[in-house]
Amino acid sequence: MKDAFGAPQSLLVLGGTSEIGLATARRLIARRTRTVLLAGRPSPALESAADSLRTLGAEVRTVPFDALDTAAHGEILGKLFTDGDIDMVLLAFGVLGDQAHDEADPPAAVQVAQTNYTGAVSALLICAQALQAQGHGSLVVLSSVAGERARRANFIYGSSKAGLDAFAQGLGDALYGTGVHVMVVRPGFVRTRMTAGLDEPPLTTTPHAVATAIELGLRRRSETVWVPGAMRAVMTALRHVPRPLFRRLPL
Amino acid sequence: MAADTPPDALLDAVEVTGWGRTAPTVARVARPRSYAEVAAAVLACGARGGIARGLGRAYGDAAQNAGGSVLDMTGLDRIHTVDATTGTVVCDAGVSLHRLMEVLLPLGWFVPVSPGTRYVTVGGAIGADIHGKNHHVSGSFSRHVRSLDLLTADGEVRTVAPGTDLFDATTGGMGLTGVILSATLQMHPVETALMSVDTERATDLDDLMARLTATDHRYRYSVAWIDLLARGGALGRSVLTRGEHAPYAVLPARTRRAPLAFRTGRLPSAPSLVPEGLLGRTTVGLFNELWYRKAPRLRTGQLQRISTFFHPLDGVPHWNRVYGRGGFVQYQFVVGHGQEETLRRVVRRIARRGCPSFLAVLKRFGEGDPGWLSFPMPGWTLALDIPTGMSGLDSFLDELDEDVAGAGGRVYLAKDSRLRPELLHAMYPKLPAFLALRAEVDPRGVFRSDLSRRLAL
Repeated sequence: MKDAFGAPQSLLVLGGTSEIGLATARRLIARRTRTVLLAGRPSPALESAADSLRTLGAEVRTVPFDALDTAAHGEILGKLFTDGDIDMVLLAFGVLGDQAHDEADPPAAVQVAQTNYTGAVSALLICAQALQAQGHGSLVVLSSVAGERARRANFIYGSSKAGLDAFAQGLGDALYGTGVHVMVVRPGFVRTRMTAGLDEPPLTTTPHAVATAIELGLRRRSETVWVPGAMRAVMTALRHVPRPLFRRLPL
Repeated sequence: MAADTPPDALLDAVEVTGWGRTAPTVARVARPRSYAEVAAAVLACGARGGIARGLGRAYGDAAQNAGGSVLDMTGLDRIHTVDATTGTVVCDAGVSLHRLMEVLLPLGWFVPVSPGTRYVTVGGAIGADIHGKNHHVSGSFSRHVRSLDLLTADGEVRTVAPGTDLFDATTGGMGLTGVILSATLQMHPVETALMSVDTERATDLDDLMARLTATDHRYRYSVAWIDLLARGGALGRSVLTRGEHAPYAVLPARTRRAPLAFRTGRLPSAPSLVPEGLLGRTTVGLFNELWYRKAPRLRTGQLQRISTFFHPLDGVPHWNRVYGRGGFVQYQFVVGHGQEETLRRVVRRIARRGCPSFLAVLKRFGEGDPGWLSFPMPGWTLALDIPTGMSGLDSFLDELDEDVAGAGGRVYLAKDSRLRPELLHAMYPKLPAFLALRAEVDPRGVFRSDLSRRLAL
């Protein structure tokens, strides 16, 4: 169960090698989390992520899970909930893709969309139903500021996150009053493996900062969390920039 | 989403929280009107079990059951028999202490133990084994229970008498041994419905403890409001209010006409939307300063209504809304005699931290109570409200827990919404016996609450 501050005792991370996911898990283990399920494609990285959390004192299990294999989601995820309550599900998987390359390689672009959107839709619906049956729980969805307005430079990734963001918001409204809390997290540019080698824009943030914001959001039962907080104002302004101007902006 | 779930699962699903309004969860709420309906509701509990709920005054998650059933017991509200000569009452578990006062004060009987609110049910009072300002004289509520009827997981109704294991597990057992259906209570005789109250100020914590130690035994009721924002030399400055039921002889002529009339005041409700952080350090500091200054240095024999003396907050319906949407945590702990240094240290830390708490009370407990999970032990108890929005509050309270547990103390489960489960065993040494008995009378775990899940009770 979550305590009065929204700190969960058990956590399922979808995308078990995600740096944001693991930073969040570390933070929550320091509070009340004792059980962590790391779901992801079986790999040495997943096992070492699990080991790193075990050293913090949590009981960690890895679960083979592939976002693209939506047909298997129901069975894999459904089973996790029968072993006991899961107080929080963190949807942390996602791929950035390579915009320049993917524009010329439609199957690669489709894979980005299927991972970030279709895979997430499937996993979220299954988890939402299970959480609803247990009458409580938080569903934390890692969206991105890139989904707020698609940019020339990464609209394949941006549009997939836009879809995910809209879906998660709708899901949050559908689940209102069921005891399940849906929180959409919109980080700006986060310094991780996924973004290694890219130029860092202003307001660049870290997995640790995102984890801190998630913990605060859980306590406040927030529905939307921007990281850093100033991103909210920036994106509100950008959202209203006229198209002819927006397309010329060096974003 | 509704289409994905079986239709009956959501029909009467309601979001439930405790009085602190934190950690809401959803349960099916049934409101049985008879013992048979209670039994049917218990048998109909699904895999996620059920828990009885009274008037929802437990601050935390004790009367919540996510995804399962919650039995709203307030429909069982009959007072069966009253023996006006001996003061024995047989009533349903859903009867509130308010109702008992309404009915019994005119007959010259008062509830044996009254907490800070009279809007609690008899069942809840037993389940949490509540205490009041008279704990140093009268002990906890269940000391005055002569017997109770308990519906256990097998559907049987057992009449449970004091001195038995099941009784000691049920009193303070947070509803986890079964559903209390009715109880026989021994009331306390009074001549009037007024209190004769002595008020005095204590300049600091040591002064307060000295006064409580020296003169508490002279009073049936005793409590101190403590200013937890005062620091330095004024650390722990307090206002003591101690009193007795006023004898008929001291009443003025006007009141003598109806000495046992139960009167309560009522103010407007707290608004449903209060900005978060309204009660911050500045506002609460100001309030505390005024409250302390306005209290007389020493005043004796003031006549007060029962509601003014015992239940000042009941005058404001929904007062729990004043902390805003995020709700609040009530932290109450006890440390034994000889652990005064721990108490001082905790008070100092709270003051240094600047917890904006205007409802902080300190009380000196008498002998402990037989309930296995009963909270009181001989020593000092401090209770305070803190809005959850205060930054770093979660880890701060964890640190206080460590200190309290290290000193052999404990926190009160009826108020808890955040204790680290690992500390429960240290705080409640009779926990293994409780768990063993629970495994015996409720092997399938029919009775469950969010509290029991959170603390692995």
